[in-house]
Amino acid sequence: MTTLHHDKTDAPEPIDVDDPRLSRLDIVKEGLRRDEIEIITYESQFQGTNSKAEKRVVRNIAFLFIIAGLGALAFLGFYIWWPWRFELGETLSDFYTPALGISLGISLFALGLAILAWAKKLLPHEVSIQARHDGPSASDEQKITGQTMMFVADELGNGVQRRPLLKGAIGFGLAPIGLVAAAPLIGGLIENPHKDELPIMYTTGFNPGFNGGNLVRLTRDDGSPIRPEDVSTGGQMTVFPGIPHGATNEYADSPTLLIHLRPDDAQKTREAADADRRNKGSMWGDYVAYSKICTHAGCPASLYEQQTNRLLCPCHQSQFLITRNAQPIFGPATRRLPMLPLGVDEEGYFVATSDYKDTVGPDFWERP
Amino acid sequence: MKRRKVDLQQAPITAAKGVDERFQAATPLRALLNKVFPDHWSFLLGEIALFSFIILLLTGVFLTLFFDPSMSETAYDGAYSALRGTEMSQAYASSLHISFEVRGGLFMRQMHHWAALLFMASIVIHMARIFFTGAYRKPREANWAIGMILFLLGFLAGFTGYSLPDDGLSGTGLRIASAIMLSLPVVGTWISASIFGGEFPGHLIIGRFYIAHVLLIPGGLLALISVHLGLVFKQKHTQWPGPMRTNTNVVGERMFPRYALKQGGFFMAVFGTVALMAGLFQINPIWLFGPYRASEVSSASQPDWYVMFMDGLVRLMPNWQIYIGDYSIPPLFWPAVVGLGALTTGPIFWPWIEARKSGDKRIHNLLERPRDNPERVGIGAMAFTFFIIATLSGGNDVIADKFHISLNAMTWAGRIGMLVLPPLAYWISVRICLGLQQHDREVLAHGVETGIIRRLPNGQFIEVHQPLGPVDEHGHPIPLEYGGWVVPKKMNRVGALAPAVKGFFFPVEKPAEAPVSPGMPPISGDSREEITSGRK
Repeated sequence: MTTLHHDKTDAPEPIDVDDPRLSRLDIVKEGLRRDEIEIITYESQFQGTNSKAEKRVVRNIAFLFIIAGLGALAFLGFYIWWPWRFELGETLSDFYTPALGISLGISLFALGLAILAWAKKLLPHEVSIQARHDGPSASDEQKITGQTMMFVADELGNGVQRRPLLKGAIGFGLAPIGLVAAAPLIGGLIENPHKDELPIMYTTGFNPGFNGGNLVRLTRDDGSPIRPEDVSTGGQMTVFPGIPHGATNEYADSPTLLIHLRPDDAQKTREAADADRRNKGSMWGDYVAYSKICTHAGCPASLYEQQTNRLLCPCHQSQFLITRNAQPIFGPATRRLPMLPLGVDEEGYFVATSDYKDTVGPDFWERP
Repeated sequence: MKRRKVDLQQAPITAAKGVDERFQAATPLRALLNKVFPDHWSFLLGEIALFSFIILLLTGVFLTLFFDPSMSETAYDGAYSALRGTEMSQAYASSLHISFEVRGGLFMRQMHHWAALLFMASIVIHMARIFFTGAYRKPREANWAIGMILFLLGFLAGFTGYSLPDDGLSGTGLRIASAIMLSLPVVGTWISASIFGGEFPGHLIIGRFYIAHVLLIPGGLLALISVHLGLVFKQKHTQWPGPMRTNTNVVGERMFPRYALKQGGFFMAVFGTVALMAGLFQINPIWLFGPYRASEVSSASQPDWYVMFMDGLVRLMPNWQIYIGDYSIPPLFWPAVVGLGALTTGPIFWPWIEARKSGDKRIHNLLERPRDNPERVGIGAMAFTFFIIATLSGGNDVIADKFHISLNAMTWAGRIGMLVLPPLAYWISVRICLGLQQHDREVLAHGVETGIIRRLPNGQFIEVHQPLGPVDEHGHPIPLEYGGWVVPKKMNRVGALAPAVKGFFFPVEKPAEAPVSPGMPPISGDSREEITSGRK
């Protein structure tokens, strides 16, 4: 091992690179000197040339390269010949992606190991030291650059100071041009959330306005209307407004949970609803309908726990008590789920007697 | 006419000269070839992020060739028969197409997603390394700030990316994003309506997220990664303290060939790992989630891991609504807007805060071992504890389900843990650091414990210590200065055990010299002396 100690004073002298007696290494060393690098150790990792250990390392590296090549060939083979078209059920095509992954993974990993082994085991080991140059530039350089910048600023600044007309004109000329860049972006993107006749923030698909002024039926997602006897006692059903596209994401605020309560729960719910100004009279018999859109972040609060009469939102675990106007009783939601006023039309199907009276969905600044 | 003879040997030299005449490349190229890099395994964590980013670009370009960022509805008619006839957006249908009908498409999709998770994970681990070793100190404060912005950009790239397939899970994520926008005071409804082009979900958001995901955000990432690496190059890498290493030099090896080769090998190993994961571990099986429907969600709806801390904070937030006259600020605003903003931008200023607190204006090119700065470690442990609790709370419903714990108890545990555990982590980690410091000093003063108990003639038992340096006339070790680097604490670290013989079945070479620990002269086999108590 080369000595670890080195003396700063014996820095090598510059050499003439055109000297024909110099070896290539000598010229490399001159480059290192110019880059302020000093090699402390540079030695083969093996004792002597062609040692047993070296041959062994070479064999291993060669083996890894061959594995890499075989893996790549295997990848190509799988890619081309393995049945890849998807079919439902357990078929060979289920193993297409794993086969690709294993073959490519082994190939690239072996390639990586081969290169790493080559670098770490075969190439000479070295320790070099390079000088750093931290800290500021030379103080005269700082001064010159600073003065140059001040000079430029003076040229422009004094010119403007002396010419007041220019000052105003530049301000007047540039400010609107800056706004021009912002105008199409903002102007194109901006949407007034309150512009529609039926404002999007406050109406759902159950608003008769979407149905030519007629009351909107409650329907399943296939559009079929619902009779009271379709929901068994203790059961629940997700319902949508019975209008065109009522069950699609066009009316993302409209999904509603229709619940057929057991008689004693219904009694409690009715008492609570009738004590409330907005929910009064919204139930129909033992049926109650709440908005499914969580008032916290808008996920569907769809996990109905029949035993405790709670609705749980799976996104952030807000819990709403159905028998108490769907007031939140746990989690981050502040507001109760709005209740949809229920009725039954002359054909015996459920209708919404009006739109929701509370605002549906996540809360916002200007909600009344 | 005389035919000129082409000298093949001279051709590259002529070409190189031609290049240099035009670009004066010789000097900078030599400086690059010669540049010395310090080496340590922990310096390669950031490389994993860089390599993952390259994999993301490669696989991402492939995916764009088949993806259709359109929200127009279509009836699915593809290979996945379970969804045939279902109404869905073109975006979802084309994602299914990539998964089932593009040869190797699912593999590419999974590689892209795994690489994204690895990208964010390596950013966080890399940041922890930078933090706990004090590598962000002057002159590298700016690069720390850039790194934090890279995390935030990666976060946005991830969110816009997993929203694109428009499946049931990503639609739920978008719904929450819309609710977060709505929670902004004053402008909330306007922001949400402007970004979604009207009411949620509208018909524009996938297209807008697409251009952000494939152009704007990657452009920003590419630019900042270039600056990040450029600064590492310009300012030169930090190094651990050790023999010959000072604040004004770099001890390591030249970039070419060995260092560059190792980087290349490491890239291939990372690439191979991502390929293995993509092949073997399913990720985001969008066909199981179905198209997004506003009325449908399943339990265990979790975002990707690097978004989970925010989801956790949202879950833990109590339902405190602030009313201002007729207006109100919903509780969602605090964790999702203020929390995310503070957690991603606050740490940017940490290098300046620490420098101001300590009054340290020096330039630091030597790293600090974490134990040597207990307060920093404590603050880092506090931050990570907070992050881990928030992340776990993002999946608290799954934990509650799998371990049969009450969901509400999990929420309360998170709320209380968030306040109690970080200070506890601070205290514990500071104590550990101080203990480690003390042990280092003890070994330097008294030597390494040998495990040999000696009975003295007077009946006293003492443990024999191996001094690490010279001894005084009584045989007592002369206390050594701490050098900011590993202190050998076991006898085989100072050459008491012979090194392992190479060779799997039989020795290939005669045993090499004993390994040398930093700062210690090698001990050759024959000059070993009997270990004495040091009390003659």
